[in-house]
Amino acid sequence: MAYDLIVIGGGPAGYVGAIRAAQLGKKVACVEMDRAGGTCLNWGCIPTKSLLKNAEIYHLLKHQADQFGLKVEGLSYDWDKVIGRSRSVSDRLAGGIEFLFKKNGVDYIRGEGTLEGPGKVAVTDASGAKTVHETKDILVATGCVSRPFPDFPFNGKTVLGSKEAMVLAEQPKEMVIIGAGAIGIEFAYFFNAFGTKVTVVEMMPHILPVEDDEVSVALEKSFKKQGINILTNTKVTGTKNTGSGVEITVEGKETQVLKADAVLIAIGVAPVLPDGMELKTDRGYLVTDDRYQTSAKGIYAVGDIIGPPWLAHVASWEAIQCVEGLYAGGTPKKVEVFPGCTYCHPQVASVGLTEEAAREQGLAYKVGKFPFQASGKAQAVGDSEGFVKLLFGEKHGEVLGAHIIGPDATEMIAELGLAITLEATKDDLEATIHAHPTLAEAVHEATGQAYGHAIHIPN
Amino acid sequence: MATIIEMPKLSDTMTEGTLVRWLKNPGDEIEVGQEIAEIETDKATMSMEAFDDGILHEIYVQAGEKAPLGGKLALLLEEGEEPPAPGTEVSSGSTPTTAAEDTAAQDPATAPAAVPLPVPVADGARVKASPLARKIAAERGVNLAQIQGTGPGGRIVKRDVENAPVGGGASPGAAAPASAVAAIRPTSGANDERIPLTGMRTIIAERLLASKTQIPHFYLNIDVDAAPLLAFRKQINQAAEKSDNANKYTINDFILKAVVQSAVAVPDVNASFDVDAIVRFASVNVSVAVAVDEGLVTPVIRDAQDKSLLEISQSVKDLATRARAKKLAPEEFAGGTLTVSNLGSYGIDSFDAIINPPQAFIIAISSIRKTPVVDANDQIVIGQRMAIGMSCDHRVIDGAVGAQYLAELRRLIESPALMLL
Repeated sequence: MAYDLIVIGGGPAGYVGAIRAAQLGKKVACVEMDRAGGTCLNWGCIPTKSLLKNAEIYHLLKHQADQFGLKVEGLSYDWDKVIGRSRSVSDRLAGGIEFLFKKNGVDYIRGEGTLEGPGKVAVTDASGAKTVHETKDILVATGCVSRPFPDFPFNGKTVLGSKEAMVLAEQPKEMVIIGAGAIGIEFAYFFNAFGTKVTVVEMMPHILPVEDDEVSVALEKSFKKQGINILTNTKVTGTKNTGSGVEITVEGKETQVLKADAVLIAIGVAPVLPDGMELKTDRGYLVTDDRYQTSAKGIYAVGDIIGPPWLAHVASWEAIQCVEGLYAGGTPKKVEVFPGCTYCHPQVASVGLTEEAAREQGLAYKVGKFPFQASGKAQAVGDSEGFVKLLFGEKHGEVLGAHIIGPDATEMIAELGLAITLEATKDDLEATIHAHPTLAEAVHEATGQAYGHAIHIPN
Repeated sequence: MATIIEMPKLSDTMTEGTLVRWLKNPGDEIEVGQEIAEIETDKATMSMEAFDDGILHEIYVQAGEKAPLGGKLALLLEEGEEPPAPGTEVSSGSTPTTAAEDTAAQDPATAPAAVPLPVPVADGARVKASPLARKIAAERGVNLAQIQGTGPGGRIVKRDVENAPVGGGASPGAAAPASAVAAIRPTSGANDERIPLTGMRTIIAERLLASKTQIPHFYLNIDVDAAPLLAFRKQINQAAEKSDNANKYTINDFILKAVVQSAVAVPDVNASFDVDAIVRFASVNVSVAVAVDEGLVTPVIRDAQDKSLLEISQSVKDLATRARAKKLAPEEFAGGTLTVSNLGSYGIDSFDAIINPPQAFIIAISSIRKTPVVDANDQIVIGQRMAIGMSCDHRVIDGAVGAQYLAELRRLIESPALMLL
């Protein structure tokens, strides 16, 4: 039986695209070679957030119990259970997606999908048996994997990608993390919170290089206070696997050899192209047109496989745009504004332009900033590190960018994403009553601060 | 009471102004009617007068900086008054009115298309538009009711407003919504130059696009015998030369006189389309297209029907000189009822012009050229001919009326002595 759409890949792009197409009345199959949910749900966003919650609780009890008047004696942890909890969360959610497939009538086909030809997808299952399925359209959502360091392959023990790092049987005593993007930073926080001695190596001048400089600098200070060793403007010039550990030679202010039990390579991702038909690529990623169609007619692609920003929420959004463009009419949109979140502590979240980008584009803008130090709620919950920084267009007061570092930053950023999508201006943010006491009041006050109206801080 | 001095509306089409220089300093005492600053608008540089007494306390916009219409320029305090705390609401003084604004307000027919409209609500229906889109629309005079939104759920967003024509012609809700057409953009390379639009260029682009897309144009063309006019002008100029301080008449002076007199004779053309009525004007106010460095302006000779040939000639010279020096007051651009565009001195054989909205027609004058003609005795002789084009708004002027007007114009130009009657 022929399908309307076969989706190759069951991650946040693939499963969302498959379900949306089924909702639009199409006959859909989703091919997945590992487990529904993809990297995000099984080896990325979800299990790491689970690990980070463990770290946060442990860190809080260890360092702040006294401040809260709690007496904790003999505080310790069970590493296997820490890892185990994150695995069970992933298991539960992956099962949930299979249930959603069933409920929406999406055929879930286990195996490796290859592009056999126009309208033909071959699936090779675990036993090696190959079946060819016919379909009108194909959606490629095969995603990415961790990119290894040149000539330094992952071995699951001393040289780790993010996937291996989250299921380590034994906690390393010392760890080097190469790359200070969101992944490197989250693992740095996690391992450090549990007592591993962590060194982060970053080539760029700041950690979280895509974030606003002020945020990166603030996080760097906080991390240093937490005991994380941070080497920015530093290049890795040599790597050596000693069997029981690693020796990483770095060149920054000084040249030094970092010895550790393990190294986490968090320098980026590499595309996983499906086998079969050759499609046009740019730097390894599939090239798509305005409707997400690849160089082959009837073959579409969304998510990490079409290039940055390699975020689950962007991948899902693209899948819906593409599928609705195909089956619901209208012109799909391409991603323009998207939030980015890093779940260390303090959390970092942003949407829109950084101040550096606004300056580079020659925009006239105004900045409003409010520190959580001055927030009643932040004080009450004992977590007052960080600030909200907002950028407004000088002429009309539209929100150009929002940058939050601090407690629950990743939850607070949604308001600013909505503000940008709706083209809200500072007047709308100011006119909106923010509940008291909440951390979100800081958004209101940062807006006021930009225009000289903040109540709780000098303007 | 503390008062904010805001950027006043000094011309109908102005959306922002540049503060050329302050004539008062902080601490200076100011009286109503005193000139306090010079403002450059899209059309002219003019002085801003104070509309309240007080002490100039603080200047927000420095010389050379721009501010949008209504933007805060300075803070005025009463004698002995303390400045208000930051964030306190301070009322703005009554915006100074100009003659141009008064005319525009009282007479809808003289209001040019680019008067910023309030955010319109068509037949009580809510217009879905983002706050940013509303701000830009109000500032640019874009009618939201006539824009098709491309944002979430058909919402009008910034890019829709930026691609929309200014004014939207008719009043809100009167016309069927026109879909916003995305701008067709050129590709440019490294060697190509990108010249940012000046205020004047933006206005020209918006007004003429609105005219060509909203006004149903049709065109009439005639060729008139210019020999009598050339002879007549020579005679008058020779006579004038003998007296002191004599005025030298140009061909254009005679043409303007003829255009005005023809409009008096055929009053149906001296009119404008206004949604549910045609407004026929009591005065003939001639807009004269004048090329200036940055583009084109159209100052107006008011009540031209009452002006002599000499008065018209002097008015044109004065307006053109001051237009090139950017010294025209805004009211001198307002209220034209018809326009004459004369490209005769550029050697143009014939052309059609775009109507200057909300007027109903424009006259295009080309050069006088020598050409073989058949005379009354059926002989081919050397004649002097001049092409005249008339572009008409068919909603106001039908073909026969336009033809009647051109016949009168031809009669006057070919028998110029009649102009002086």
